[in-house]
Amino acid sequence: MDNDAVIEVVDVYKSFNGQQVLSGVNLTVRQGTTMVIVGGSGQGKSVLLRHMLGLLRPDRGQVRVLGRDLARIGKEELKEVRKHYGVLFQNVALFDSMTVFDNIALPLRERTRCSEEEIRSRVMEKLALMDMEDAGGKYPAQLSGGMKKRVGLARALILDPQIVFLDEPTTGLDVSRSNEIYRLFHRIQKQLRYTAVIVSHDVPKIFKLADYVALVSGGLIHGCLPPEEFQMTQDPLIRAFVEETMGPIYWSRQEEMKI
Amino acid sequence: MGNFFERIGDTVLYQLERLGRMGLFLLRTVTSIVTPPYKLRPIIRQIHFIGACSIFVILFTGAFTGMVLGLQGYYTLRKFGSEGYLGAAVALSLLRELGPVLTALMVVGRAGSAICAEIGIMRISEQIDALECMAIDPHRFLMAPKLVAGIISVPLLTAIFDTVGIFGGCLVGVGLFGVNEGAYFQGMYASVVWLDIYMGFVKSLVFGVLLIWIAAGKGYFLHLERSGGFGAEGVSRITTSAVVCSSVAILVSDYLISAILL
Repeated sequence: MDNDAVIEVVDVYKSFNGQQVLSGVNLTVRQGTTMVIVGGSGQGKSVLLRHMLGLLRPDRGQVRVLGRDLARIGKEELKEVRKHYGVLFQNVALFDSMTVFDNIALPLRERTRCSEEEIRSRVMEKLALMDMEDAGGKYPAQLSGGMKKRVGLARALILDPQIVFLDEPTTGLDVSRSNEIYRLFHRIQKQLRYTAVIVSHDVPKIFKLADYVALVSGGLIHGCLPPEEFQMTQDPLIRAFVEETMGPIYWSRQEEMKI
Repeated sequence: MGNFFERIGDTVLYQLERLGRMGLFLLRTVTSIVTPPYKLRPIIRQIHFIGACSIFVILFTGAFTGMVLGLQGYYTLRKFGSEGYLGAAVALSLLRELGPVLTALMVVGRAGSAICAEIGIMRISEQIDALECMAIDPHRFLMAPKLVAGIISVPLLTAIFDTVGIFGGCLVGVGLFGVNEGAYFQGMYASVVWLDIYMGFVKSLVFGVLLIWIAAGKGYFLHLERSGGFGAEGVSRITTSAVVCSSVAILVSDYLISAILL
């Protein structure tokens, strides 16, 4: 086992109704790094993420998080591991009947013995970090897509987690909103230095946040390289993906720059 | 032929798996009720939703059920010259059977369907996954307050239903047909024994557990439904199924409890 590894996915297989989705995935995420997982739709990115979150169990293989194999531990132990998680879901999963303040305060109220005063100060601190000081009393339905994502991020970070998982953090947002999310995430990441796993198809913008990029295709991991190397590799599958997502013009420009 | 038996076996296994899942769901919810930390506020909120918000419909149905019993009872008893037993007939029918059953069916229609839809929507919008990932136990956070509220609210609503029904019967019997008021209540006092009240209480308690268990469990396992669990249609289908299953379970358990306690 890699001493620095926070997450280790070892030879993971998963199928649904006979359809193989993951076919021997191997991936290591190291302490303090940001791993970006990219890939086309239906290639198994979200399934891989759900394995790391302990929401799915592999048919075969191991998913070790903080040294514990999620496939072999009980509910209580899994709960202990998850205490180190902060998760932003693709559709944010805010509780519609709660205000923004209550949504962010929920982990504090349910998992800590903080006083209401302390909860207020911590929630307001996170709201300030997201530039949303005035939104505490609003309900999720009253927020724009970008604001919801920021609230989701604030909720994910409220207990200062060791590992942050972001599933498609900019899906459904326009360019300026997604840029805003990236700037925000970049700023917070620099400040808090947690380990992050981001699933996204927002290529190449997402590369700015990455320490490593892994391509999921056909149920396997390809690459797992620093973003610069990922964009320049001669691996035909990665090259095809980069060309497809960024266009041949981008690719030829990169080639020219290299020359 | 082999295919036919394969399908039957597959269905049997699927139903057994569902039953086991629901059993474990109830067990986990009960465990989370009896183990600390205990939180009163969510329980009060659910008692308000399941109990207090159902009072109007319970008052209304209770009054009319009692009135119908008074009306039908009077015409039947008059044939035998026993109008004086009207109070006993109304009270026994309400306390033993109609009170607990109709109250539970009303709560299924009003709160059970809403609970199932709420949890089902939480499931499909990943809110339950979010709770799990925040290391918050959904059984403790979502289900336990509802189950406790069901256990408290349904017997209380039944008591209200019974009381209003008895006075509804009195209104028709005494007010409309001129049955002696003293005879109405005296007949009731003479006929009703503790077992009748105990039976009604046990039934309402069991119905309270059943309706919350089925409604919440159906919504919680929406994603595992074979008939296609996701989307608005999935929620609508599972809510209908929860109401039907709860109603059937209430009627079946009503018979079983009566058979055991009588």
